Amino acid sequence: MIGSVIFCILLIGASAFFYSNAKKIRRNIFIGKDFPITDHKSERLKTMIMVALGQSKMITRPVSAILHIFVYVGFVLINVEILEMFVDGITGAHRAFSFLGSFYNFLIGFFELLALGVFIGVVVFWLRRNVVKVKRFLNAELNGWPRFDANAILITEMVLMTALMLMNAADQNLQLRGNEHYHVAGNFPVSGFFASSLSGLSDGTLIFIERFCWWLHIVGIFAFLNYLPYSKHLHILLAFPNTYFSNLKVKGEFTTLDSVTDVVAPNFDPSYQPKTDPNNPVRFGVRDVQDLGWKNLMDAYSCTECGRCTSSCPQNMTGKKLSPRKIMMDTRDRLVEVGNNMDRNKGVFVDDGKSLLGDYISSEEVWACNTCHACVQECPINIDPLAIIIELRRYLVMEQSQSPAELNGMFTNIENNGAPWQFSPADRGNWVNES
Amino acid sequence: MSEIKVNTMAEMLAKGEFPEILFWVGCSGSFDDRAKKITKAIVRILDHVKIKFAILGSEEGCTGDPAKRAGNEFLFQMQAMQNISVLNGYEIKKIVTGCPHCFNTLKNEYPALGGKYEVVHHTQLVQQLIDEGKLKVQGGEFKGKKIVFHDPCYLGRANDVYEAPREVIKKLDVELAEMKRSRAKGLCCGAGGAQMFKESEKGTKEVNVERAEEALALDPDVIAVACPFCNTMMTDGVKHFNKEEKTKVLDIAELIVKANDL
Repeated sequence: MIGSVIFCILLIGASAFFYSNAKKIRRNIFIGKDFPITDHKSERLKTMIMVALGQSKMITRPVSAILHIFVYVGFVLINVEILEMFVDGITGAHRAFSFLGSFYNFLIGFFELLALGVFIGVVVFWLRRNVVKVKRFLNAELNGWPRFDANAILITEMVLMTALMLMNAADQNLQLRGNEHYHVAGNFPVSGFFASSLSGLSDGTLIFIERFCWWLHIVGIFAFLNYLPYSKHLHILLAFPNTYFSNLKVKGEFTTLDSVTDVVAPNFDPSYQPKTDPNNPVRFGVRDVQDLGWKNLMDAYSCTECGRCTSSCPQNMTGKKLSPRKIMMDTRDRLVEVGNNMDRNKGVFVDDGKSLLGDYISSEEVWACNTCHACVQECPINIDPLAIIIELRRYLVMEQSQSPAELNGMFTNIENNGAPWQFSPADRGNWVNES
Repeated sequence: MSEIKVNTMAEMLAKGEFPEILFWVGCSGSFDDRAKKITKAIVRILDHVKIKFAILGSEEGCTGDPAKRAGNEFLFQMQAMQNISVLNGYEIKKIVTGCPHCFNTLKNEYPALGGKYEVVHHTQLVQQLIDEGKLKVQGGEFKGKKIVFHDPCYLGRANDVYEAPREVIKKLDVELAEMKRSRAKGLCCGAGGAQMFKESEKGTKEVNVERAEEALALDPDVIAVACPFCNTMMTDGVKHFNKEEKTKVLDIAELIVKANDL
């Protein structure tokens, strides 16, 4: 009875806290500029099913893809068992769904195999980060909190899976002894291997282990849920909307700035009608997170810092400061800072003298990019770091006139000669008469 | 190239004729001495298959690609609208480019500003000509040689064109070798994003050296490219390793012309 009350309090508390944080994240994402994405619904759904649900972009790196499938499928399906834990927690029953009979036994056995898969997956992931030291987990942007965050998630998952197995092992012993509350239910292909090692323990100890692990598992899940909003692990939820709202155009097409067209077009067409509101001038490009689109900000919250982008970036692999992953991490960090600022100031952002460009991302990083789209191609959930880099360049060039001197020279040449080099436009066809 | 008459649009219209296709030469193809050879190779192919084509000559201007990638949307749109008024003035319908950057910009970024054309890259046109039987190719001097193809980012990832250049190379009876980083995983030559026009940021290596090293590890006779900027970067990369005697850097159009004495 007391157990049920504590469980209900925890359930309500965990749900309410998660809801309030989820609302905050939604609010923060919509700090970005509003542009509706309502087109191509069926193509978007297909993209989400393929890329997020079907993990189609993971497979290019088979080792991490297979391990990730273990963890992902295990995580999703084992959560079905959480449903039963909820019912047990609220009613005080034991294995409330066991009336399903042989199907229930099959499910429990299947979940154990999945849990083993998750366990193996997260152990190997941990080894790749901490022992094998895979290169993309060594970059400087992961120092401190991000590295702790990654390991904390992996260790939590190891603990959760261990608790599940231990719980089942204790339960089996109690079932064998004919304990009244622990009626015979389930099938234990994994924990069955070591259940007999607990057979020397008293009923009381076994019940303690079973109950302790049950509570550890369920409290762990509540804690995990509420850790997500603070963690890179938020991708398990945001991967779905983020792929749904993917850029469906070919990668080569950059956005066209209507605000620029409104200035340029009248020179060519006097009857041109402006597309933007002339009384509400906008900043060209991006200086801070408020200037980005909401999808760029959703990208930032969705990033799980796997670093496939950075490891495929030609500039990063040749020792330059630019790292597409850092672009996404910086965007999120700044967005969280802006959101917290608003929370402190009754929902209104009060200038803190900082900005994404300059305080988080340096112009050195922005100017190094080859715009080769390798980072965009690599991202398993269609995050677009390049879109942010280009917007930062636009701000530097069009608002600040702060491009590298050589690029200014290139601009001047195009403007005066119609070519990035200093050749006369009249000579453009000279090659025709050269041998 | 005195033996082939290359008409500008203005010259062609003066004769009362209209081209099947406009050849967009691009800045590199017009002014860079190395890239001009690629331009001439494309002209030889067009002439050989008797496609009626024209160039814009002095009426052509930079598409604005390097300005756009560098964040100068004003300059890009100025260039785009200038070019669009010329192209639309001539009622151009179909364009072939010798450069993936011109190709991408004309194809994907001009429509929003009023310039809608059918745009193909020269490797796509060559593949089409071969498929239609209009262009018959042999391996010639490249028969049995090892050729590795370097994907240009703005043909490959940016526009998902991976097969056309490879199909053309295969027609030359060569051994087509692939780098580990190819197709969607292809590594940039280092020129894109306006990097061609500036020094790189502080680092440990140049991108073109990294890429040339990967290509040279396969010990190819030819590194085939399909972009004048890749050509420059890969040529410099090969020189960096003093391998220019053994390994040539050639555009696919040049391979076709050399192998078939066009």
